[in-house]
Amino acid sequence: MTTTQYRVIGTRPVRHDGADKVTGKAIYTADTKLPGMLAGFVLRSPHAHAKIISIDTSEAEATPGVHAVISNADFPNVEDKIADLGEGSVNLSYLSANCMAQKKVLYRGHAVAAVAATDVHIAEEAARKIKVEYEVLDSVTWVLDAMEENAPLLHEDLVTDSLGEKADKPSNVPVHLHFEKGDAATAFKEADVIVEREFKTATVHQGYIEPHAVVADYNEDGRLRIWTATQGSFTCRQQTAEILQIPLGNVLVTPCEIGGGFGGKITVYLEPTAALLSKKSGRPVRIAMTRADVFEASGPTPGSFMRVKLGAKNDGTLIAGEAWLAYDAGAYPGGMIGPGCMCVFSCYDIDHAIVDGYDVCLNKPKTSAYRAPGATQVAFATEQLVDEIAQKLGMCELEIREKNAVKEGSRRVDGPVYPPIGLVECLDALKQSEHWNTPLEGANQGRGIAAGFWFGCGLKSSAACTVNSDGTINLLEGSTDIGGSRTAIAMQLAEVLGLEANDINPQVGDTDTAGYTDVTGGSRVTFATGMAAYEAGRDLQQQMRTLAADLWDCSTDDITIGEDGVFSGNGKAVGFKALAVELFAAGEHLVGRATVAPECPTNGFGAQIADVEVDPETGKVTVLRYTTIQDAGKAIHPSYVEGQLQGGTVQGIGWALNEEYFYRDDDTMANASFLDYRMPTMLDVPMIDTIIVETGNPEHPYGVRGVGETPIVPPPAALANAIYNATDTRMTELPMSPPKLWKAMQSDQASE
Amino acid sequence: MPTVFIPAPLRELSGGTQSVVLEARNVREIVYRLDAMFPGFKDRICIDGNISPSLQVSIDSVMTSKGMIAKVQPHSEVHFIPAIGGG
Repeated sequence: MTTTQYRVIGTRPVRHDGADKVTGKAIYTADTKLPGMLAGFVLRSPHAHAKIISIDTSEAEATPGVHAVISNADFPNVEDKIADLGEGSVNLSYLSANCMAQKKVLYRGHAVAAVAATDVHIAEEAARKIKVEYEVLDSVTWVLDAMEENAPLLHEDLVTDSLGEKADKPSNVPVHLHFEKGDAATAFKEADVIVEREFKTATVHQGYIEPHAVVADYNEDGRLRIWTATQGSFTCRQQTAEILQIPLGNVLVTPCEIGGGFGGKITVYLEPTAALLSKKSGRPVRIAMTRADVFEASGPTPGSFMRVKLGAKNDGTLIAGEAWLAYDAGAYPGGMIGPGCMCVFSCYDIDHAIVDGYDVCLNKPKTSAYRAPGATQVAFATEQLVDEIAQKLGMCELEIREKNAVKEGSRRVDGPVYPPIGLVECLDALKQSEHWNTPLEGANQGRGIAAGFWFGCGLKSSAACTVNSDGTINLLEGSTDIGGSRTAIAMQLAEVLGLEANDINPQVGDTDTAGYTDVTGGSRVTFATGMAAYEAGRDLQQQMRTLAADLWDCSTDDITIGEDGVFSGNGKAVGFKALAVELFAAGEHLVGRATVAPECPTNGFGAQIADVEVDPETGKVTVLRYTTIQDAGKAIHPSYVEGQLQGGTVQGIGWALNEEYFYRDDDTMANASFLDYRMPTMLDVPMIDTIIVETGNPEHPYGVRGVGETPIVPPPAALANAIYNATDTRMTELPMSPPKLWKAMQSDQASE
Repeated sequence: MPTVFIPAPLRELSGGTQSVVLEARNVREIVYRLDAMFPGFKDRICIDGNISPSLQVSIDSVMTSKGMIAKVQPHSEVHFIPAIGGG
């Protein structure tokens, strides 16, 4: 556990952007207004799967007020090329075709044309006049159906790749992954108890409050300026430039304030379209999605089918695991099956395991990341089986987890071994918690626990700090601030320099002003961009040390810098601010800078406790009490860590109990609104209690781990375990909504 | 000498061997030596002479972005695993 006491880190200063956010002054993309700006509207496919025979835009173009109409013919022909986007890679031809359908539409909501007009109503009216002739094709939206040999093919040239080996005929399965550790077949023969079940999870959406929006201004000189809601301005710039086949340096992306992303605002959807409309009209163009567009045409997270098996000895030691996983990729390859495979047994030290995973294309929107992408699904399966084994052996569900929890040196099923990690400490915190030690005794009530894991990543971040004449600092960094990261980053700079958080003025720069910075995702920003700010502070200190030597008439080696940031030498001891003022007066203007690229995973582990009450008449689940425990490494700003833990948990509760894409018989989405897509509100959940564990990450100067993703992993499993303990009904399908749970309870009662 | 773990799908090339200890200073040398030992190995994990974008190399549990030029130490443990992103 970390014990170092800091001045700034671990405190809870008011966030720098707080006043703007709560008074409505913060500028979001849809607030952006430029002279002469037009409104864009995207015409979308009404069909789940169809060939585009022809598109006639003539009537739309003749509509008064219309300035530009574009369709597939206006998009450059992008060849199959894999682009590295910093966090993952993408096939550019798929990315482009997802922005604007080329020969086929692959899901309802797929963009087929777009109009820019003097207002959005004219643009929509004109778009409705575009005549698209379709040849409707058979479609498929369930992952197992899409894997069938006679399933409708989405991509006629797509063959399964099994680590470089290509199948000999097309299918909807672009990737088959396979992992083996030890000898699972033999280990299962030696197991005293084996449990195996099949699980299904529904497609769900991140549900960010702010719909996707963009403003694009394409200059006659070829410069393109974009204002957008993105989790990564640099990856947005690269995707847009690659799709439009223009030089990267010609594109300037300004990340506006963002109303949530959770992984869903990394891929571009509207930017190339708005840019082409702007280029064609010669005017700036703004496009904003409706909520229905967001559901139908952005990137939800995969639905899945999973068959998972665990074997244990009589003493509760897990010795064998087996998983067969099939995840939706959506319309184009590249879903979340990789991390699904790598996370299915990530919390437990199992010597023998085998995992097969399949990425499956089907007629739904291309899936996107969603907090710990791919991990929540497999935790729903594995964490229930761990409970079942404990029940068969008469063990406590916490005891079996403590017995098998991974620790430093445990080997993952995909190979690497863990460095120092904090699952054992999280389980111990759970064991000591007031929640765990308070009995739950009401009728139809049950308690469940589950563990969760997400890798967390480093990637690239930059920071620059300019010293003002009064010793305060303007900090420029490139990470879109979703959860208070400006302040968490500024606090790390303040700590190293011996300043207060409000001495730092943090700003998120655009792609022309900030140094290269990867996405706000992967639980990386407080870790990596915070590290960049720390290193920029160190850079500043070294510059000041050299300059102070001149001022104080001594050598640089005579000057030391204390942990409190005080410079000492030649009989003097001066804090950062005073020295900065002195140096400014002497004509020195200081800028510290740093770029970092840490490559180590931050390994975020957590554990959660859920108490529920199930109405036996309706199947409705009421969450009575919930505690989320997580190893943050070191909580820079505990309130923001608690916010991440609570937010992720509530999203996981929604995923568990209510959220799902409903499809009609024609494979079009039936509930593309917040009225019918049931996300939890404050009225649906109790206060989420949090316990922050701090084991310290040796790879970060202050011990930070990422915390943004792990909290969404355990909720469906913890709630399923709680429901079982309340009802004796084991739920293997998400969401565990009232009708599904009621039917399952009725079925169990009938079979008793 | 570093220990290199053979990805499960490629163990058909290695005759079932799960790991190999070999002399190498970087990932490129590992790939070429494994290809010499198990013909076809390089073609399965490389595209245009570089590590496939769908893979990442783990050296001592650190996911390097340096691909073929990433250095390995005498006691390093090397894995080829799927590239992943986060939300």
